[in-house]
Amino acid sequence: MVRDITLGQYFPGESWVHRLDPRTKIIVSLTYIVALFILHTFIGFAFATVVLIAAIAISKVPPKFILRGLKPIFLIIIFTFVLNLFMYPGDVLWHLGFLKITEQGLYKAVFLAVRLVLLIIGSSMLTLTTRPISLTDGIESLLKPAAKVGVPAHELAMMMTIALRFIPTLLEETDKIMKAQQARGADFETGNILNRAKNLIPILVPLFISAFRIAQDMAMAMEARCYRGGEHRTRMNAMHYGKSDALVFVLTALFVGLCVLERMYI
Amino acid sequence: MSIQVKNINHVYNKGLPDETAALVDISFEIIDGEFVGIIGHTGSGKSTLLQHLNGLLKPDDGQIIVGDTDITASGASMLEIRRKVGLVFQYPEYQLFEETVAADVAFGPKNLGLTQEEIDDRVRTAIELVGLDYDDIKDKSPFDLSGGQKRRVAIAGVIAMRPEVLILDEPTAGLDPQAHQDVLSMVRKIHEGDTSIIILVSHNMNDIAQLSDRVLVMDEGRMVMNGTPKEVFSRGDELEAMGLDLPDVTCLMRDLRSRGLNVPTDIFTEYEAEQAICKVIKGQEEKA
Repeated sequence: MVRDITLGQYFPGESWVHRLDPRTKIIVSLTYIVALFILHTFIGFAFATVVLIAAIAISKVPPKFILRGLKPIFLIIIFTFVLNLFMYPGDVLWHLGFLKITEQGLYKAVFLAVRLVLLIIGSSMLTLTTRPISLTDGIESLLKPAAKVGVPAHELAMMMTIALRFIPTLLEETDKIMKAQQARGADFETGNILNRAKNLIPILVPLFISAFRIAQDMAMAMEARCYRGGEHRTRMNAMHYGKSDALVFVLTALFVGLCVLERMYI
Repeated sequence: MSIQVKNINHVYNKGLPDETAALVDISFEIIDGEFVGIIGHTGSGKSTLLQHLNGLLKPDDGQIIVGDTDITASGASMLEIRRKVGLVFQYPEYQLFEETVAADVAFGPKNLGLTQEEIDDRVRTAIELVGLDYDDIKDKSPFDLSGGQKRRVAIAGVIAMRPEVLILDEPTAGLDPQAHQDVLSMVRKIHEGDTSIIILVSHNMNDIAQLSDRVLVMDEGRMVMNGTPKEVFSRGDELEAMGLDLPDVTCLMRDLRSRGLNVPTDIFTEYEAEQAICKVIKGQEEKA
């Protein structure tokens, strides 16, 4: 059923990682991603993996949940792996017809695959432990300096928040409309692609109309409460950095330092 | 035509932390020609129950038999069930999508695979049955109509399938008093026509009391009462405990009684109320 689709991949929890300021988590995730590009040996990656596993353990997100997030990207990883494996020039290890595997190619293929996996798990830690709404709050707050040069930070964050807020509503609406049309004998499950696409019209038209109606009501309700966005707005859940955030920043700086050392000396 | 519901259960989000039992061991029977009202607090499982009756939801266990088909059997033809049991959802006007009223009403019959002639005939009859002027309205866009008209067009879209059972989920919600009355008299007319069973869900106890032969009361997924309006509405205290209202007239009678006037409280039509009050007053005058 449509209602079963989960949005994003937030894993509800109360762990130490969950309670960190969203801004901290955004900055740390970005730093981690950059650090993965600084590293250039498997020793470095082993170190980065240990750090990531430690973070996962503290967050108490089940590993099964994290691996499930890898599934959609699995194909891309395989693709890069195979491409690198067969296309890289160097000392030939094995060949069959025009296919050949080189020593350098094998190294490069594994290297890139590991980097990709770490990248994906690292960034998904952010979305796994942060509610979408706090995430947008965090983004807004981090973009505040950019607002001075004309980036509409608050408006962007507001749009994201509203979009997130209405996804469940629209899913519910879709479910209702689908059922109403099914009750009139519509069939969404059988038939060829063309027919199925045509069968979507009885859902899409009412859904769009609902979306516009909801948007209009929402805009009116916001105006009725004198919403005007922009400066001097205070928020119900004010974000503030705590001691744990400071600790995380120190550890992150240490991590980056070690990564730079790895780059320079190993 | 009859409907038998035998011990059905339905659980939402089974196995997840937010698992909720929406229907718990529901059994009842509806016989040919009956007009059944269903009442219950929001979230009591009414809508879930209705969706079971035309196969949109399947019970986790239990059986539902409509006419002589077991619609919970795995091989049951859904199209056939939906032809037999028409379901009008809450705010049905949100399902309108075609460019003209006639095309929208024709959507159901078309899905049944009828001939064009048959479809045209059904569309005309359905639109007239809901009290609209076919020739005047057929080429209009459904989105240009008033709220009450949209609602009636949407109901016509279900009626055009000529169901033997018609289920209406709060058909009068959000309508002005005039449109409210129009929809109710339309429902009455449909019941006098080909549709033998009508099931009406409403929060308006006056409507339920006036229209139904029998009233089913749902509370937290269970069916707690099943009886004639007289039987059900005479248990006013229990209904109030479930957060349900009573018909206005019944409220008045209860009020009078609590102020010392010895009138019966299982009354819900104005005429009966008048009779009862007159009788009591006359009795007092005779004593005096």
